[in-house]
Amino acid sequence: MELLKLTAKEAADKLHSKEVSCAELTKASLEQIKAKNESINAYITVCEEEALQQAEQIDAKIAAGEAMEPLAGVPYAIKDNICTKGVRTTCASKMLGNFVPPYNAYAAERLSKDGVMLGKLNMDEFAMGSSNETSYFGAVHNPYDLDRVPGGSSGGSAAAVAAGMAYYTLGSDTGGSIRLPASFCGVTGLKPTYGTVSRFGLVAFASSLDQIGPLAKSAEDVAYIMNRITGHDKMDSTSLDIAYPDYTKALQGDVKDMKIALVREYFAGADAAVDASVKAAVKQLTDMGAQCDEISMPITDYALPAYYIISSSEASSNLARYDGVKYGFRAEKFEDLTDMYFKTRDEGFGDEVKRRIMLGTYALSSGYYDAYYKKAQQVRTMIKQGFDKVFETYDMIASPVYPTTAFGIGEKTDDPVKMYAGDLCTVSVNIAGLPGMSLPCGFDEKGLPIGLQLIGKPFGEETLLRAAHAFQCATDYHKGGAQA
Amino acid sequence: MSEYEAVIGIEMHAELSTKTKIYCGCKNEFGGEINTHCCPVCTGMPGTLPVLNEKVVEYAVKAGCALNCSIANLSKQDRKNYFYPDLPKAYQISQFDIPLCADGYVDIPLESGTKRIGITRIHIEEDAGKLLHDASDTDSLVDFNRCGVPLIEIVSEPDLRSSEEARVYLETLRSILQYIDVSDCKMQEGSIRCDVNVSIRPKGQKEFGVRSEMKNVNSFRGAIRGIEYEIARQTALLEAGGQVVQETRRWDDAKGESVSMRSKEEAQDYRYFPEPDLMPIRIEKETVEKIRQELPELPHVKRARYVSELGLPEYDAGILTEYRPTAEFFEAAVAAGASAKGASNWIMGDISRILKEKDILIDDVPFSPQQLAEMVQLIESGAISNSAGKKVLETLFESPKAPKQIVEELGLAQISDEGALQKMVQDVLEQNPQSIEDYKAGKDRAIKFMMGQVMKLSKGKANPQTVNALLKEELDKR
Ligand SMILES: [Zn+2]
Repeated sequence: MELLKLTAKEAADKLHSKEVSCAELTKASLEQIKAKNESINAYITVCEEEALQQAEQIDAKIAAGEAMEPLAGVPYAIKDNICTKGVRTTCASKMLGNFVPPYNAYAAERLSKDGVMLGKLNMDEFAMGSSNETSYFGAVHNPYDLDRVPGGSSGGSAAAVAAGMAYYTLGSDTGGSIRLPASFCGVTGLKPTYGTVSRFGLVAFASSLDQIGPLAKSAEDVAYIMNRITGHDKMDSTSLDIAYPDYTKALQGDVKDMKIALVREYFAGADAAVDASVKAAVKQLTDMGAQCDEISMPITDYALPAYYIISSSEASSNLARYDGVKYGFRAEKFEDLTDMYFKTRDEGFGDEVKRRIMLGTYALSSGYYDAYYKKAQQVRTMIKQGFDKVFETYDMIASPVYPTTAFGIGEKTDDPVKMYAGDLCTVSVNIAGLPGMSLPCGFDEKGLPIGLQLIGKPFGEETLLRAAHAFQCATDYHKGGAQA
Repeated sequence: MSEYEAVIGIEMHAELSTKTKIYCGCKNEFGGEINTHCCPVCTGMPGTLPVLNEKVVEYAVKAGCALNCSIANLSKQDRKNYFYPDLPKAYQISQFDIPLCADGYVDIPLESGTKRIGITRIHIEEDAGKLLHDASDTDSLVDFNRCGVPLIEIVSEPDLRSSEEARVYLETLRSILQYIDVSDCKMQEGSIRCDVNVSIRPKGQKEFGVRSEMKNVNSFRGAIRGIEYEIARQTALLEAGGQVVQETRRWDDAKGESVSMRSKEEAQDYRYFPEPDLMPIRIEKETVEKIRQELPELPHVKRARYVSELGLPEYDAGILTEYRPTAEFFEAAVAAGASAKGASNWIMGDISRILKEKDILIDDVPFSPQQLAEMVQLIESGAISNSAGKKVLETLFESPKAPKQIVEELGLAQISDEGALQKMVQDVLEQNPQSIEDYKAGKDRAIKFMMGQVMKLSKGKANPQTVNALLKEELDKR
């Protein structure tokens, strides 16, 4: 299907020049979902009827010559931890299996204007996981190799784009949850600076780390989506009240004199293929005029434990509200109030979620708070200072997204620590609130995609987009399209 | 047997009277239909976020200034984690280690003189909902209307030594909070609640005894009774050779006793940590200064001024200043020309009696302070008698209009014209020769009888002082 290979921007151009109708784009996507979802399992909920109705309205508007935003009418889908008014939002958990929000998340609301939402995407339960295997609705399968994971937690968001089941998607990133699946599925994803996309309506995992961001086939698409979802929101106290740029303007220009740092610690443990592809990508950028140095950030070694303590601590509190009293799942049989809490939470949450709640509860307990939570916050400050220092000299950092390409389903599920260890390259970005991007930069010997991570200064999205776009203009890795 | 002394500290929670709740736009109003003043934010729905109502900070700083606290220029909010069905997020947003206000004091008026009570801290937090146990036969239900109602918690130092001191302390706080207009402090609506810490120690001992913390005290009367109960319980324990254990107790107001809830070992771990959904609270020094300068005259300052400037007795000044609207009514009446003593007497006497009978507050008095002033002036100028004044007042409560008009309509004007009164006096004397004899023989009752006759003749309108003088003058001539 040629239509499905189009980037969001290309589809938008054809739509607005009336070469193709919104209904055609929508039907093509829905058909692809029907054909592929059984094997890939990217969608938890498909909104077929609503999508077709929205498409009809948009076609009418286009016919009437109404002005619309650039990506209006291009079918998209949303990770299932982002609230959508009237559409079930499960967080891939039994706990919220029947939860229908009466409100839209800020980002969902922005996209819904002249938008066609195809449905809600699978993910790790409450976004806790790196492989998308913890979903109550079953694992998502990597479109490049169905026996492999798509990466997590926004596995459905990445797999859907890679398999042509949506032109673009929203994911959320707490410790790498957009960048890792983007890398494993060969798509382009951006975790924006903390505070640039409102968290209102994003079901909280770790409030100080969570950020919504786009996944798409190209950096150009990502820039257009950023224009739609960023902005100050009074409903989120951590939303930044700044002048937001037109991100598409960043696509012009080149990487000449851009200063890139290669942080040695991020390459520790990287597979040969990953190491080689990432370094080759950096060479491509320096060939185009960028400068590059290898540097060291020793504090990186403390990032993983700090991340798991902070994120689990916040999660233990954020997920306490799922108690069976108000909404979502409630155990059927219980003796008394305490028993209702116990049974509801025991039956409603999966193992990984329970593990993190226990970890976080422990880290916040009196007598342990200073040794864990407080210490982790101190590490957080040092990591931020480390980045500040690097960015005094450099415009961005380049690194692998993950030490390997997509691993097999079930390969790491018995060893959570091994699973956590893989997040080494991505978590620091969230700890410091920085923007981080993942874009395809090669394939390993099995033909699996490899991702290049670009880390920017606070509000450095434009620099990342410019470099990524320049790279994609010069290479074809992002056109790998598993749907082909 | 040694004599014991109580050591008492109080944590008072007062609901702030902001228009909206602390973290959402819902109305902050008492008495709505069940679950009508709530929204996705205050019911803790997934993905919703709190946004701090700046008025809450302003009100808390006002309270801090009125209670002589230092105000933190950088403060933060924290999560207090615990499970309870009335707490939808399973954590309460409160303040842990950096409260908005700290290190203050309040002077309380005791019979022995003024005593300074330390204020440890004041912090802001959100209220929880209410469980309804009687609404269903099988389940307890939850009303979320109160969720997210802003509270301040005012924590005192353990400086109180008796239930009487505690009573005066609580009343002083209530009065101040009402004066600065941050809380209406209506106990019956649960807008003030207390936790009370009590310990006892032998008189003269410096170290504190082991304390118990009493929760669920929902009225001042309950606090006083609870403290007295706790002092008696602990004293009995010690005198019987036992020991007080550190524990949390629950006050049962209906039974008039406290019962143990949990021991120190079972104390809850609230796992406080900084609220990541909210930014730190920054308060500029100039903002605090502005709030401090705009504070109204506080009750104790007013009280002192009523004594020194207006010459009122301490007791009267205390009563008039306890409730701000009373003081305002009084001051407006004086400003309109009433004498301080006259206005004070009427407000403390007949007006307050009628308010009690009608079960309303001075806020709801139907007439104006200016009308009271006019009435007082009519009495003081002799235009009407004191008892006619009472009739005017009763009329003012029913259909407020100008007192002069009431006097005319009811014909209450006093006859002070000496010529007219002289005629009446002479008529009475001529008709009662026996009384003149009695008077001359030294019987005091005689003059009272003749006074009565003159009043009867004047239909009660004669000015008694004038009549008395004229009678004596005439009698002495005979
Ligand atoms: Zn609300």
